[in-house]
Amino acid sequence: MTSEKSVLVQVRNLKKYFPVYSGLLFRRHVKDVKAVDDISFDILKGETLGLVGESGCGKTTAGRTILQLYKPTSGQIIFDGVDLASLQENEVRRMRQRMQMIFQDPYASLNPRMTVGSIISAPLDVHTSMNSAEKRDRVQELLRIVGLNPDFVNRYPHEFSGGQRQRIGIARALAVSPDLVICDEPISSLDVSIQAQVVNLLEELQEKLGLTYLFIAHDLSMVRHISDRMVVMYLGKVMELADRNEIYLRPLHPYTKALISAVPIPDPDKAAQSNRIILEGDIPSPINPPKGCNFNTRCPIATEECFVVDPEYRELAPNHFVACHHADAS
Amino acid sequence: MDGLIKLENLRTRFHTEDGIVNAVNGVSYEMAQGEVLGVVGESGCGKSVHALSIMRLIQIPPGEIYDGEIWFDGRDLLTLDEKEIRQVRGRDIAMVFQDPMSSLNPVYTIGFQIVEALTLHTDLNKKAAKERAAELLSLVGIPEPEKRLDNYPHQFSGGMRQRAMIAMALSCEPKLLIADEPTTALDVTIQAQIVDLVIRLKEELGMAVMWITHDLGIVAEMAHKINVMYAGYIIERGSAQDIFKRTKHPYTMGLLGSLPKIDDAPGTKLFSIPGLPPDLVKLPKGCPFFARCAYRKEQCKTEMPPLEEAENESHIVACWRWREIQAGEIQ
Repeated sequence: MTSEKSVLVQVRNLKKYFPVYSGLLFRRHVKDVKAVDDISFDILKGETLGLVGESGCGKTTAGRTILQLYKPTSGQIIFDGVDLASLQENEVRRMRQRMQMIFQDPYASLNPRMTVGSIISAPLDVHTSMNSAEKRDRVQELLRIVGLNPDFVNRYPHEFSGGQRQRIGIARALAVSPDLVICDEPISSLDVSIQAQVVNLLEELQEKLGLTYLFIAHDLSMVRHISDRMVVMYLGKVMELADRNEIYLRPLHPYTKALISAVPIPDPDKAAQSNRIILEGDIPSPINPPKGCNFNTRCPIATEECFVVDPEYRELAPNHFVACHHADAS
Repeated sequence: MDGLIKLENLRTRFHTEDGIVNAVNGVSYEMAQGEVLGVVGESGCGKSVHALSIMRLIQIPPGEIYDGEIWFDGRDLLTLDEKEIRQVRGRDIAMVFQDPMSSLNPVYTIGFQIVEALTLHTDLNKKAAKERAAELLSLVGIPEPEKRLDNYPHQFSGGMRQRAMIAMALSCEPKLLIADEPTTALDVTIQAQIVDLVIRLKEELGMAVMWITHDLGIVAEMAHKINVMYAGYIIERGSAQDIFKRTKHPYTMGLLGSLPKIDDAPGTKLFSIPGLPPDLVKLPKGCPFFARCAYRKEQCKTEMPPLEEAENESHIVACWRWREIQAGEIQ
């Protein structure tokens, strides 16, 4: 993947299977949930890589595995030249100072018994040797950065609205000055007008602090807005990866096409013109993914080949990767 | 089109420990037969509470529908006794909720639950009801309906559960289907299936649909009329063209502005409405949007603007300054 930007994270053939056990007395490992099944992509320094897909496609698992919150089943994650799998536990922890996460649910991800100050300074306790005065200054600085009143340090999470809590989560992620921030659906639980506030904040911070984002979401239009490039996942696999405009204007994978056409357009004229592709059926279970291409059960153009051979993930046009037998760049 | 339901000055509030929550503050509008009405707004704007008030599903106490009239079929629904409203519910007006898992009873089969609705509201006997239930499942696009009747809700996927809920709601061929965020918990490709399904059924059965959502995109596509709600008020109402192309209220403008556009250049900033919606316990005396509005003036703080006609008779807006904003006299 060539670009003027240098690569921060290389994900190579990453797999994460969760074992399923059965049997009362002799618990046997019977099968696996193939949450992430052989995905590869790069995250470039300073970019926002959008990761989209529907529930159960493995996008959250991918994010967490990159952070080593889950141990990968196989594959490599190379962060700034270092293979994370080769590191000892304490080395991984040190590395995590450079990669932080913002979570989806601003209610569940903040401890209700801790003050905002202690929530935000928790990463500082772990990763730095600041004294308490330095920490207090840093916390107040962070609150200011995310647009909250620095006098709020002694308040508790329940005193804040959803959008404000998400700002607290962002401040916590930024406390140790990370390079990479994995944003796992940071806006999906917020109201429309508040979503825009948080997205604008994330963009400002990226510019100011030179952050790299992996932005995970199911809201395509918002991901397209914030991303430089986008990855589309389905049932544990990457279906397509390309530049934000490229993927929107010239989607090559039938799943990407359906996904884009399914997004409601807030404009009655354009909505009337759009040709919606309605996919039939539901997403299959990742325990029993279909043989051949994962998308074959719902694909409108599937042929015999698709039920037998898993399509190769290949670069069909410059910087445009797709996994489909029938994708045609011309 | 003939009138189907008419709300006049509906007001609903809740008595809580923190004080009185003013959820719906004088909502009036009329819906025609076969009309699709979109009700949009953010959490706490009263869109769901107003629908639950129509169905008389507000728990009293702590809730209280303390003013207004809801005219349906020549009767004011608010004056009916429990037995009478029960006949309206499900038969004339049916509702589909956001979370299909918690609206279905997990210990009964899907078939049992649909048959129950049918035997309560129609003269069908058990056997006929079961046949009708299978028909309904096939109507909403569930394959092998006879077999599926014996499934429990957990054996259905999220999209299928919502289809089953719709089948149940349609069982008595209601005149009005209220869909309260029916697709919010679903993935976009499944959402597209459900929207498509409801529109098709509406055409086939000729019912009216009230679609409550926070997603402006959905209503842009399907609604004849749209009510935009804020803090328990309708602040703008009109056709999809009125609301999206001839937007008048600063809040509606803000909502539309905060959505990303397909043709945004990279790095475009989203328009964001500053601040938060007002606390419904301490509603401001004037316009509820006052604190967040870029165009506010002194009058807005003290006087609630009435809904008035803007440009054409189908389009109404509650803002003191829409004319000036329209004319570009103020920035």
